Amino acid sequence: MARFGMVIDTTKCVACMDCVVACKTENEVPEGLCRDWIVQEVKGAFPELQMEIRSERCNHCDNPPCVDCCPTGASHVEPLGLTVQVTGDVCIGCKACLASCPYDARYIHPEGYADKCTFCMHRVVEGLEPACVAVCPTRCMYFGDLDDPNSQVSRLIRSRKGHTLLPEAGTKPRIHFLT
Amino acid sequence: MHELTSTRANHLIDPSLHVWEWQIPVYLFLGGLVAGMMVISGYFLLSGRQKRTRCACFMLPSLSLILLSLGMFALFLDLEHKLYFWRLYTTFEILSPMSWGSWILMLVYPAILANLLLRLPAPLQVAFPRLQELSDQLVGHPMFVKWVGAVNMVLGGLLGVYTGILISTLAARPLWNSALLGPIFLLSGMSAAAAFVHMIAREAEERELLAKADNGFLMTELIFIALFVGGMATSTQVHQQAAGLLLGGPYTAVFWVFVVGLGIVFPLVIQLLAVNHKIQHTPVAPILVMLGGLLLRFVIVSAGQMSHWTGN
Repeated sequence: MARFGMVIDTTKCVACMDCVVACKTENEVPEGLCRDWIVQEVKGAFPELQMEIRSERCNHCDNPPCVDCCPTGASHVEPLGLTVQVTGDVCIGCKACLASCPYDARYIHPEGYADKCTFCMHRVVEGLEPACVAVCPTRCMYFGDLDDPNSQVSRLIRSRKGHTLLPEAGTKPRIHFLT
Repeated sequence: MHELTSTRANHLIDPSLHVWEWQIPVYLFLGGLVAGMMVISGYFLLSGRQKRTRCACFMLPSLSLILLSLGMFALFLDLEHKLYFWRLYTTFEILSPMSWGSWILMLVYPAILANLLLRLPAPLQVAFPRLQELSDQLVGHPMFVKWVGAVNMVLGGLLGVYTGILISTLAARPLWNSALLGPIFLLSGMSAAAAFVHMIAREAEERELLAKADNGFLMTELIFIALFVGGMATSTQVHQQAAGLLLGGPYTAVFWVFVVGLGIVFPLVIQLLAVNHKIQHTPVAPILVMLGGLLLRFVIVSAGQMSHWTGN
């Protein structure tokens, strides 16, 4: 069984926000909300500064607190790719999943249910890449099966230095940022 | 320097999480208050106190039903997908405290109704004479009365602890992520309920008993709050930052002056003087205790949402 994840090369990302626009268009994300976003992190003291640009979204964690806390099972792990998904008409809008996510990756859709990145599974089942990956002009985003040692994402994680977000939160996030 | 700039500006999420407003603290307070009332009325049933005609325990079941329903209504108002609330009862999610709470509430209502049946309020006695006959028969079975008392005490305890566990399992918010929140909310609910019954009790001896019990709850709650803040302040960096919200941060004054000072310490002093017959029992201390309990939920829910994990 596949375990989908993403690798993002922060040395190639230029914060053009094409991924954000592609996601909003593909998934008809309501105005004022976003499923993915750009974070620019600057560390150090001048002139020894380090900057990392990241395209962030739901991490589809291996240990997803949003799924554990959901009282109705609306938030669940989908067998295909073991991704974290939300069934809108099962969600009661209690917002526990929003509070449980250390990445603040979820929001409430204007229709009342919790919503977030789906890894564009409707595209993936047709053999396409997620919209954000497909449009990236610098090709800094990679999508694939983390359990397949020969997949491009697995090879990149093995061969390059990188990190995940807030590993200390214990959620085992599945988006890896190459540095 | 360490600077993060994000393009995200999602409603209820940014700049800091603010998904839960007044409805959740009110629900948590009323849930805790009812939990405490169930434990107290259960104890009254177990100890045979209900045989006294002026026992405050007779008012507790009907008041519990009203207050719990108000709390549930507040919770309902908080839901964003209101028409789907029934989905709570189509499944049992073993890892979800909210699912546990929903099902506990399903058991709490019949337990309170059974308690109510033991001494029907006068209007119901007139309107439903058959129910009164059933009530008379049930009261004639002492074991049944004791069972109703025990079940009310157990379910009340579960309900009280649940109100704290509900948020303490949300580890993404470091301020909430303490196992002590369950006992603190239970003690606060017990204390608010004891204060409430103290206020409505018609017998001096009962007032005395409830004031003494409340003093015990308040002292224990103070100890647990000290452990909670101390534990948080000596834990990891994110927990220290969370504790900072109460120790010098924006919630410091309201927490220490209103929740701890006026909501626990001051009424405790008043009630200690009252039970030692230095001053008269007045509604001042019970009212302060209840307001302090309500404010405790507001502070914890609001400050908890401000606390978050930060990367290095």
